[in-house]
Formats: sequence, structure tokens, C-alpha cells
Amino acid sequence: MTAVEASTTTPDAPPPAVPLTLPEEEAAGRRNRWLLYVGFLLFVLVYPLIDQALNWQSVRAVIPILLFVILALGLNIVVGYAGLLDLGYAAFFAIGAYTTAFLTSPVSPIKLAANSPFKWLQDFWVAMIISVIVAALFGVILGAPTLRLRGDYLAIVTLGFGEIVPRVVLNLEKWTQGSKGMNPIGRPHILGCQFGIDPCVIAGHTLKLGALPWYYLIVVVGALSVFVITRLRESRVGRAWAAIRDDEVAAVSMGINPVTTKLLAFSLGASFSGSVGAIYAAYLQFIDPTQFDFSISVLVLCVVILGGTGNVYGVILGGLIISSFDRIFAERLTGWFRQLSTVVDPSIGFRTKLALPGLVLPLDLAFNLRTWLRSIDFTNLRLLVFGLSLVLLMVLRPQGLLPARRRRFKKLPPGSEPNRVT
Amino acid sequence: MTSCDFLAQQLLTGVANGMLIALIAIGYTLVYGIIEMINFAHGDVYMLGTFASLTAIQTIALPVPRRGELPPLETYLKLLGVLVFVMLAMALLNLLIERLAYRPLRRAPRLAPLISAIGVSFILVNVGLLWKGAAPVNFPNYIPRVDIFNEWFKLKTVVYFSTKDLFVIAVTLPLVVGLQLFIYRTKVGCAMRATAQDREAAQLMGININRTIALTFLLGGALAGAAGLISGLYNNTAVFTLGFRAGLNAFTAAVLGGIGNLTGAMLGGLFLGIISALSDGYIGARWTPAVVFGLLIVVFVFKPSGLLGQPSSQRT
Repeated sequence: MTAVEASTTTPDAPPPAVPLTLPEEEAAGRRNRWLLYVGFLLFVLVYPLIDQALNWQSVRAVIPILLFVILALGLNIVVGYAGLLDLGYAAFFAIGAYTTAFLTSPVSPIKLAANSPFKWLQDFWVAMIISVIVAALFGVILGAPTLRLRGDYLAIVTLGFGEIVPRVVLNLEKWTQGSKGMNPIGRPHILGCQFGIDPCVIAGHTLKLGALPWYYLIVVVGALSVFVITRLRESRVGRAWAAIRDDEVAAVSMGINPVTTKLLAFSLGASFSGSVGAIYAAYLQFIDPTQFDFSISVLVLCVVILGGTGNVYGVILGGLIISSFDRIFAERLTGWFRQLSTVVDPSIGFRTKLALPGLVLPLDLAFNLRTWLRSIDFTNLRLLVFGLSLVLLMVLRPQGLLPARRRRFKKLPPGSEPNRVT
Repeated sequence: MTSCDFLAQQLLTGVANGMLIALIAIGYTLVYGIIEMINFAHGDVYMLGTFASLTAIQTIALPVPRRGELPPLETYLKLLGVLVFVMLAMALLNLLIERLAYRPLRRAPRLAPLISAIGVSFILVNVGLLWKGAAPVNFPNYIPRVDIFNEWFKLKTVVYFSTKDLFVIAVTLPLVVGLQLFIYRTKVGCAMRATAQDREAAQLMGININRTIALTFLLGGALAGAAGLISGLYNNTAVFTLGFRAGLNAFTAAVLGGIGNLTGAMLGGLFLGIISALSDGYIGARWTPAVVFGLLIVVFVFKPSGLLGQPSSQRT
């Protein structure tokens, strides 16, 4: 969009051969979209205030959801942009979390003397940056053997990697504490005030912040991620990813280096989950290998595809829907059904005996709406509801909720300078 | 026990386990060969197969033999009946899944059927959870454990090869051979191979594509059902998460052998079974998954399309 704005608003630019204004409706649509983004950002920023005012007490539940969304954004680079199906993304998440734990936890195998010159490595912020770098490195390590593989072979190798990492973590008890998990883990801090420890004193004021610092830390990381990822798509490497994704042979013959392009996708994608892993570990203060198993990889992949592969806003939407169902609605829905059962007339239902030839006992069929409503437990049916909605969504809208827009090019009259329109 | 005996022991166990993996792997490879889709729900069909056979056995109240005693022939005939029933039931279930969750997506973007399959897998896992609960359930033992080499052949060896291992091989082998014959010797099998090669050309030759694909799912489901009963009788325990681990192993085997290749799936299954058994014996069972997948990655570095697979065509 910057190219368009520049060519239409700056007076000193040479007049283009064809007026490059956008069609009316598209310009209006773009304005509306900007309003939507700004509105969304504002909502995210004031959300804790709304939460407090309405007494929802949901900020703590929202934090893992947001972390999950950022995780999905990172995977979107690999799957959505570069078209590499990754079924083991949770491995990088684990690597990020364990790197932070190794550096900052007192139970870590890395013990530093009190006067060690490397003491600064144990600071959370430093650990987080190192986690990002380590995760990116592992992205390259995993990426390297998969470069020659296509499609489903790639999927199975990434899946294998996703299985190996938690397994190794589980078995190397000496370093990782195995299934006991690592706890505690260093907390982030600002102005000498540690996150999650109340009350804290900043500049003489004693404050009780609760989960707020975490929330804003994640919002900042998330906003940064969205910015980086949307800009990446427009960049040279982003276009190279799209080319590799759409037709690898053609892309390579146009001079794109498939090795560096793919490795970059893997390592950049992994680096996001490295940062999420670091925050997650510090937020929960406890990590063990079961938190990084295959179901996480699948859930994150579902978010990416559900929202619309390649579309950052679709991925955000998908992540919000899936993880909020997972963490919030399953419980509340059960509660609502219980309440509903108290209102429903207890006589609604039926009871019959069905005698089938060949069966010794007649089948006893009974159904009562009230008992059914009372007995239904959505936390037990989580997977069922989730699976059902995945299937339905795919059947009804296989391209995802918000499919990625392909960049359109305007046909120009012969002789005019080619210009990007959208 | 000498090291040589130990090796032989692990190899035999590996073959029995590998046959079971192969049976499930064939289901993956059949479906992949024909519509190029990872049928993620396949492992869970197998899990439901175990549950269905358990329920069937309980429904007909098949008497459980006492420890070490050989049940009468009638029991085995009834078990054969259960096998047929569970194969039919799982075949129909797989058919239903294909009709509802995969067929509408035949022209959709490539990842859509995969996600749909993951959704189906979640549904089946939850059905399993509601059906038999979260705790592992006991599967009655109808195959008494007899040490074949020592007791039947009176060989003085420490290598332990029980009737159970023999049972797995004895039931799996005819199924696999039968499938092979079906696919390579019958007209319908020929239609399946033609559809796998080029769907549109096959259609032009008058092959009913939808029916052929449905048949593929029927076959895969039936084999998964059979594997369910066999593994129930072999392991004597079942749990609702069983399908995931087994599915992962079987899928790995299918890919290892070159996905879409029937012989490859069988060899891949055997290979995987043997490798797992060797790893169990020499490295430790807790490292086995890591060893298996590590090996998989190493194989792919040198042979990017599996052991028997053709170099994959341009797929996006």
C-alpha cells in the first residue's frame, strides 16, 4: 500500500502513465480494514480494564490463549508462507522453554558461581533472546535434512522431530529433571519489579499488578510479531517463499536459492516459538515434557489452517476461537447446560423397549432431556466438539475462515511502466 | 542367554510386532496411494476396532479359558466370527468417514482433507473415551502363552517364541497376501491401481472413481479392524489413546517403505517392528520412539522417498 500512497500523494513523484488510484470500493474496503485493525488494537490494550470493570476475571485465562496465537503466527511462516507442512512445531516451543529454564532455573544443570562473569546470562531478558536464537538454530538443524523432501515426507520428518525432542527431554533426567519438570524459572522484570510477584515497589509506589505485566508483555511481543510477519510477507524473502510454495521448480529456475529460502522459513518460524516458549516457561514457572507433545503441534497447525493459511489476521482469529473454546468455553458451556436443565420440564423424553430378532434381551432405549442436559460435560467432550467443528469447517469452508488474499496485478496498457497495485 | 540368542529373541518379537504395524500401515498407504491424503484418523479406527471386538466378545459372552489351558475349537470359530464382524464394522465406519469428511473435500486445497482427518481423529478418540472410559481396559486372553521352541519342538533354547507371536503372524499373513492378490489379480484391484496412477484417465476409461475410492477405504478399515482384534488378543489391554501411538508408528512404517507402495508398507512395518524390538533390547524401551524417528530421519537424508518409493512427483 505504501507504493500506492506514495505515487498518489507526493507531488514531486513523476506522474505515472496510468492513474494508479485504487477502485472506489477497494479503497473503501481498505479504510474499513484499517479501522478494524486500530479498533482491535485498542480493544486489546484496554481489555484488562474492561475485564476489571465487568469482573470477568479472565486475564489469566487469556494469557495462554495469546501465547498460543503467537505460536500459530510463527508456524504460519513455515506452513502458510513457505508451504512446508510442519507437524512438529511444538519441538521448537519446547526448546525455547527449556533454554530459558536451563539459563535461569536454580535446578538447572548450569551452575554459575556467585561472582561468575557470565551471571548476566541468567537474566530473563537475556535468556529469552538466547532462547530465540537457540530455537532458530534448531530450525536450521531440522530444516537441513528435510530440504530434499516434499509434501508428506516432510510432514513425517517434522513429526518425528516433534516426537524426539520431548522424548529426549524426558529421558535426560540428569539435565532436565525428566518427568519431574523444572521449577522455578527466572521471571522477567522491569525497574527492579518482578512479574507475577505482588506487591512490588516502583519509584516509591507500592502496586498490586497481578497478571497485568504478563498481559502487556505478551501483547507487545504479539504486536511485534504481527508487524514483523506482515512485513516479511512483502519482503524479498517473503516473495521467494510464495514462489517456492506455488511452484518449486519454477522458483528455482528463476534464481531463488531453495536451500537458504527454506532454512530461513524454518528458522524464522522456530524463533517465534522460541520467544513464546521463554515467556510460557516463566509465566507457568513449571515445565515438563508432556506440555510439548504432538497434540500441541496439531492444535497449532489447526489454528493456522482454520484461520486461513497464510493470512496473519485469519490465524489470529483462528487462534482466538480454538484456544478460547479450549480454555474458557468448554467449562462455561457445561455450566450453562446445567442451568438449562433446571428450567427444562423433567417429563420431556421417551422410553421404549426394542425387541430385535437375534438378540436375547430387548434393547432398552430411554432418553430424558433433563438428565441428558445435566449429565453433559463439555470438558469431557472437548475433543468431540473440536473435531466436529474442524470437519464441518473444512467441508463448508476448506480455505479457512479468512483465506489469504493473493496479490492482484492490474493489467496495464502496453508501453506503460509496470507498477504494483495491491 | 548368549548375545546371539538375545538377538534372535528380539528379532522374533520384532517380526510379530512388525506384522501388526504393517497391517495398519497398509491402510495408510492404500488411502495415500489413491487420494494422496494422510488419513490421520486411521489409527483411531484401529483403536475403535479393538474396542468393538472387546464389546462383541462380551456380548456373545465368550468363555475365557483358565490360565494355561487351551480353549475348545468352538471358541476359536467364534473368535473368527468376531474377526469378520469387526472387519465389517470398521470397514463401514471408514466408509462413512470417507463419505462425510473426505469426499466433499476432493477438490479443496491440499491441506483441507488433512485437517478434516485430524478432526475425525479427535472425534474418534473422544468416542473411544466415552465408550470405555479413560483407564485402560482389560482384554480377555484366549491365546495361552506357550513357549513353542521348548514345549512343542523340545528344543533346548532360551529363545522365547510364544504361541501369541505365532498367532499374530498366522492371522496377519493371510490377510496381507489376500489383499495383495485382490489388488494385483482382480479387476476391481486393477481399477484401484489405475485410479491411483491417474484419476482422470481412469475415469475416462469408465472406472467409477467414487466407488473405487470408497472401496479403498473399506479395505483399509477392514484391515484396521482386524489389527484391532489381533492386538487386543496379543496385548490383552486397550486404551483410548492407543490409536495415536499405533497410527504414528504405522504411518512412519508406510512412509519408510515409500508411501503408496503396498509391499513397501509391509516391509516398512516389519523393519519398524524389528528396529523397535532391537532398540528395546539394546538401548532401552524409553528411548525407542526417539530411536525410531531418528532412524527415519537418517533414512530420509539418503533416500528422500522411502525405501521402495518412487521419486515423488511435483506435488504442492
